[in-house]
Amino acid sequence: MSIIGIELPHVGESVTEAVIGKWLKQPGDIVEKFDPLVEIVTDKVSMEFPAPHSGTLKSIVAEEGETVAMGATIAEMEVDAAVAATTTSHPDKTTAPSQAPPAGRIGTLIQGANVGPTGGTFRDTALEDRPRPPVDAAPAAPRMPGQGVPRRGYSPVVSRLAAANGVDLETLTGTGRDGRVTRKDVEAAIAAGPSAAQPLTEQPIGEDRLVQPSPIRRMIADHMVRSVSEIPHAWSTVEVDVTGLVACRSAQRQLFRERHGVDLTFLAFTAYSVARALRENPLVNSTWEDGTIRLKGRVNLGLAVAAPDGLVVPVIHDADREGISGLARRIAPLVERARSGSLALPDVQGGTFTLNNTGTLGSVWGGAIINHPQAAIVTTEAIVKRPVVLSGPAGDVIAIRSMMNVCMSFDHRIIDGAESASFMQDFKRYLESWSVDSELD
Amino acid sequence: MAEITLIEAVRAAMWEEMERDPTVFTLGEDIGARGGVFLATEGFLEKFGEDRVIDTPLAEAAIGGIALGAAVNGMRPIAEIEFGDFIWPAVNQIIGEASRVRYGTQGRRTAPLVLRVPYGGGVRGGLFHSQSVEVAFAHQPGLKVVAPATPYDAKGLLKSAIRDDDPVIFFEHKRTYRLVKGDVPDGEYTVPIGVAEVKRPGSDVTVVSYGLVLHYCLEAAATLAGEGIDVEVVDLRTLRPLDTDTVLTSVRKTGKAMVVHEDTKAGGLGGEIAAVIAEYAFEDLDAPVVRVAGPEVPAMPFSPLLEAQFMPSPEKIAAAIRDLAAY
Repeated sequence: MSIIGIELPHVGESVTEAVIGKWLKQPGDIVEKFDPLVEIVTDKVSMEFPAPHSGTLKSIVAEEGETVAMGATIAEMEVDAAVAATTTSHPDKTTAPSQAPPAGRIGTLIQGANVGPTGGTFRDTALEDRPRPPVDAAPAAPRMPGQGVPRRGYSPVVSRLAAANGVDLETLTGTGRDGRVTRKDVEAAIAAGPSAAQPLTEQPIGEDRLVQPSPIRRMIADHMVRSVSEIPHAWSTVEVDVTGLVACRSAQRQLFRERHGVDLTFLAFTAYSVARALRENPLVNSTWEDGTIRLKGRVNLGLAVAAPDGLVVPVIHDADREGISGLARRIAPLVERARSGSLALPDVQGGTFTLNNTGTLGSVWGGAIINHPQAAIVTTEAIVKRPVVLSGPAGDVIAIRSMMNVCMSFDHRIIDGAESASFMQDFKRYLESWSVDSELD
Repeated sequence: MAEITLIEAVRAAMWEEMERDPTVFTLGEDIGARGGVFLATEGFLEKFGEDRVIDTPLAEAAIGGIALGAAVNGMRPIAEIEFGDFIWPAVNQIIGEASRVRYGTQGRRTAPLVLRVPYGGGVRGGLFHSQSVEVAFAHQPGLKVVAPATPYDAKGLLKSAIRDDDPVIFFEHKRTYRLVKGDVPDGEYTVPIGVAEVKRPGSDVTVVSYGLVLHYCLEAAATLAGEGIDVEVVDLRTLRPLDTDTVLTSVRKTGKAMVVHEDTKAGGLGGEIAAVIAEYAFEDLDAPVVRVAGPEVPAMPFSPLLEAQFMPSPEKIAAAIRDLAAY
């Protein structure tokens, strides 16, 4: 039997440390491989860490509540000697400085040595006669792919270090080839502290305060400017009677949650309706592209979500192929990831149209800026009970109905009033199609 | 402590092991009366007699086969392949048979043989006395493949190879034989197989190499130190099993990696090392992994000018490191 150290596993990229939660085994306990050993809490995930080997937990090194670096030893286990022999500890660059052997052991090259096979009269010309080229005439190095092309993007280590230490790479001056930001540049920024690595957030100017926007804020600003300067916007609004939809949701919410495990939100209904309407009006699901119109083959519905750092638009790909339950199941985790700032790249790529649910903010009318380069954007506004004149067999009556405005901004290069009206009427028809006993798929 | 050449280190290791263990014997072309074409076994015939120092016909298949047969029957043969270029007739005995003895008999038999293989160019050997053939064997599980660069490592590793219970292919770069001299302890020591060594610590770029060109890497590193580029040089010493821990530890520290070998580039060992780095140290990389290797021509040319063009040189290596450091 041998004692081995149990290391805190690397639980995700950009996570460098974790807090030890509750120990699920105590010293002396017999532990089977994969038994939950300890709870680990990071800013991204909380997880139960399974035992990497079978054996006996000998001692706990990292106590509950302690913050521990990835790869650090958190416990010791007694395991079979054969297991211990195959457990190589994770190489740690900080604790294992390289030790070179003494120079004599590495040896030297003998100038003019006789290196011929049989020790005859061979004269080696390779070293003794080797012309030493002047420095500026050094032989060309193997050319790297892409060399000379202006460099974009960051190397893996640069991305990882920047994310882990909150360094805004856009603010750094790269010292690598073509201004590339190198690992050393990031390390220098980290060493210089947050003031150098992050933009000054606020600065008093007389009675005012000058605020440096976050990188995301700057990106949003650029995007908005581009959209309004390139796209001639036009607007249209329809009133939608969603009394049936409200009743449907109230009546079926409980059952829906039991059956599908997620909340039945208004967003699922509006996403469903807009995706169907887009399929029937392909011109609205398109892009103005160098004088031509590209009709998009897929309906990838972007949902505008207010995240802590600013607006983000995660995408439900092929939203037109989902029913209400499918959309509800896909929207919930996506919105959650958006709000917690943990969206992955595929979550935000490929959108063809954007739905903005400004109604949750109490707004009843809006003139949204199109999410460039899409053709249009719609906002669904607050649902408000209003007296409405209805026409029935017994003549006109005044009724209290749940009303919602739907506002559309569209690219007037692609769409005229007629096409926008057609789309809006289809959207409205879907939204008004629900009733208290509608079957939700 | 004595300062000796690499060929003297090889000779001393075999001599001491044959004195220590009567099951150790040596065989090969011209190794007896001639003492070997590189004089690795000079004086062995007189000392150990012709039962233990066996001159063979020019038949590498027989050399490999006899060594294997003796090995599975309790002997510890050291077979010399006169030039690595001639090893191909013995490939079936080595890869087809010897590598599989332990596995195929569920560990009941082993093949404790050593195949010493002088290899490499820069000795004006031309097309048939200069090739680097190590990667063909480094690919084969069941073999151990060693390629020392210094007299100290050559002696310590050859002793480990002779005492190892599995077949070891021991590559000795011909140009290092009388070119490289270094300190070797007077007393008994061994160097473990499968352990690389950082020959020079540094912080900017990791250069992984082995054999002759390791010395060129060290020379390049010394030049670049004067330019403010701090190069770490890792000597693999063993090509199978690869000491990936030492390589990865170094790359995680520097973020930039280069592999240098004399063998041609495509399918060479540099590709495997680059893949290991990409697979296990991706998030620590700050630049593409770079290979400096021989050009894609069928064999080492005979013309001195062309041979010099083929061989990696300290200048070529320094230029490539300079480029990688600036990336």
